[in-house]
Amino acid sequence: MSILVNRNTRVICQGLGKAGLFHCTQCSEYGTNIVGAVKPGKNGTTFPLPTPDKKEKAVPYFNSVKEAVAKTEANTSIIFVPATGAADAIMEAVDAGIALVICITEGVPTLDMLRVKLFMQGKNSRLIGPNCPGLISPGIAKIGIMPGYIHRPGKVGVVSRSGTLTYETVGQLTALNLGQSTCVGIGGDPIIGSSFVDILQEFQKDPETEAVVMIGEIGGDAEEKAAQFISQNMRNKPVVSFIAGQTAPPGRRMGHAGAIISGGKGTAKEKMKTLQECGIHVVESPADIGKTMAKALKK
Amino acid sequence: MKIHEYQAKKILSEFGVAVQEGIVANSAAEAEAAFTKLGVPTAVVKAQVHAGGRGKGGGVKLVKSAQEANSVSATILSRPLVTHQTGPQGVPVHKVLVCAAVDIAKEYYLGMVLDRSLGLVLMASAEGGVEIEEVAQKSPEKILKETVDVRYGLLPFQARRMAMQLGFAENELDIVVKTMQGITQAFIAYDCSLVEINPFVRTKDGKIMAIDAKILFDDNADFRHPVYEELRDNSEVNEAEIRAAKSKLSYIKLDGNIGCMVNGAGLAMSTMDIIKRAGGEPANFLDVGGGVQQDQVIEAFRIIVSDPHVEAILVNIFGGIAKCDLIAQGIVNAVKEMGLKHPLVVRLEGTNMEMGMKILSSSGLKIDTATGMADAAQKVVAAAKAKK
Repeated sequence: MSILVNRNTRVICQGLGKAGLFHCTQCSEYGTNIVGAVKPGKNGTTFPLPTPDKKEKAVPYFNSVKEAVAKTEANTSIIFVPATGAADAIMEAVDAGIALVICITEGVPTLDMLRVKLFMQGKNSRLIGPNCPGLISPGIAKIGIMPGYIHRPGKVGVVSRSGTLTYETVGQLTALNLGQSTCVGIGGDPIIGSSFVDILQEFQKDPETEAVVMIGEIGGDAEEKAAQFISQNMRNKPVVSFIAGQTAPPGRRMGHAGAIISGGKGTAKEKMKTLQECGIHVVESPADIGKTMAKALKK
Repeated sequence: MKIHEYQAKKILSEFGVAVQEGIVANSAAEAEAAFTKLGVPTAVVKAQVHAGGRGKGGGVKLVKSAQEANSVSATILSRPLVTHQTGPQGVPVHKVLVCAAVDIAKEYYLGMVLDRSLGLVLMASAEGGVEIEEVAQKSPEKILKETVDVRYGLLPFQARRMAMQLGFAENELDIVVKTMQGITQAFIAYDCSLVEINPFVRTKDGKIMAIDAKILFDDNADFRHPVYEELRDNSEVNEAEIRAAKSKLSYIKLDGNIGCMVNGAGLAMSTMDIIKRAGGEPANFLDVGGGVQQDQVIEAFRIIVSDPHVEAILVNIFGGIAKCDLIAQGIVNAVKEMGLKHPLVVRLEGTNMEMGMKILSSSGLKIDTATGMADAAQKVVAAAKAKK
């Protein structure tokens, strides 16, 4: 089982440039049902994508998300549109009624994301990202840029603000035979579509997810809010957490726009303390995430 | 991205904010002329640097004659300014702002930031001045807040409500409301991440104005603001950091002796963390990005070793989009091309890991490979210690 995606997930791609096409090819090969792509002016033409059984299928282009939804019943979109137009692409998907919008694009201006959040109010779409690796439910679908083969189907949910650190985590889990239900990268920006709490709620509801790894970072208070949620609602599922940036200096942006300690707030130390107090298995070394989960599951 | 006080004041005045009268000067002679032009008995000479704490660091001085403006500016411009935000080496001062001095009756604080949960927030306090951070910590109730909808900006009633709470008189409301709205408008129009007026003052003769101003831009919005480039002053930024940015590498210099090269910001931060846990000190944060290319690897090595404190280097790559064999070839090329003498520990995981490891081991170069992050950190820390 999994969260957010299932066998009925029908994906379109917005922003099929070089990177977009590369990743859509990978997703399709993994088994994700990609049903179309939006490229204004290309309506009526198709492009080839590989299937898991090494065949090829012709995927149609559409002029707009609305047309793509009308013709394909797509319910999910993956966005690679450059930062200059990413916010517009998200709003187009939301306007067309796409239920799950995953924005991979990095470098989206913060004010654009504020406008997107306001635009989404009262509508029935969920946004993951931007500036994120996307999500994967091993064996079901991969809607993102992560290397699919490191994952195994299983019972551990993974939610993370980071990209490669999520792969590191998954690598450790898989090496210990701990498969994953769904792995979600929520993105490293200050304003994102789905928070830790949003994703944890889904994991809590999913009967097949038995435990969760949460990979946090310095900056903001999303980890603290997640800790509150976990202590109140997730006592039945062990949560293992690592916070990156224990040695980061204050006031500097560590790659991710969200990873910045300001005014002494949002330090790793503070976050780790709060998480511990809320009954979460806090890991101090990033090398111990897998091991700690194995132990937590044995209890 | 940070800009100077004089630039921030110019932007705010475009939006109707009353700012203290001032003239920017590039030399002592220009400062002297500025004093004369202002035609005031007393002026303040303020060093234009991005760092805060200028006053306490000796970068803000009162002068009473054109001649004094000249000599004081000459001193300020002649040496790096050291404040609690600059580090002991200080930052160069290339410009001073000569302002007409005012007698301050009361100091207020006005500032707009992005709050991750509330969105845009305008903050104000009747206890402005240099100790505002302490006020925020010790008595947060003294900081008033209004949430601003990015579509409508700060609404007049919100500004009025805040101004009244701050204790402004009826005849002062218009100018205070205009200032607050100006902050909001500038914030949105220029894609800022911070706009701050501290202090915002009432002078003894009843004038209301901004004495200091600070603006930060959202780097992500640079594509729609060519003006960022015009306002950019990189003289306070570490040279290696500027160089890294040109190659799309994210580099931050730190104080340790172990250089690191990692793909991905989260993994890069964790690599720093694990080096510290192994008893070492990271010399830098360096994220080569998820889709790192070979030529970036070489440039990354050059940047790392440009720091003379680096004694050993750790490369930690989790290949996803980036393929380990290509990275390994990049490492081998870089070591050969540069004649790299530093002990080097490489940890590769993920896509094409075996091929990558083979390239490293068959290169004939002295490259130590590691399995897992903990092993890698221990090896590089041991290598750095052995060198001492």
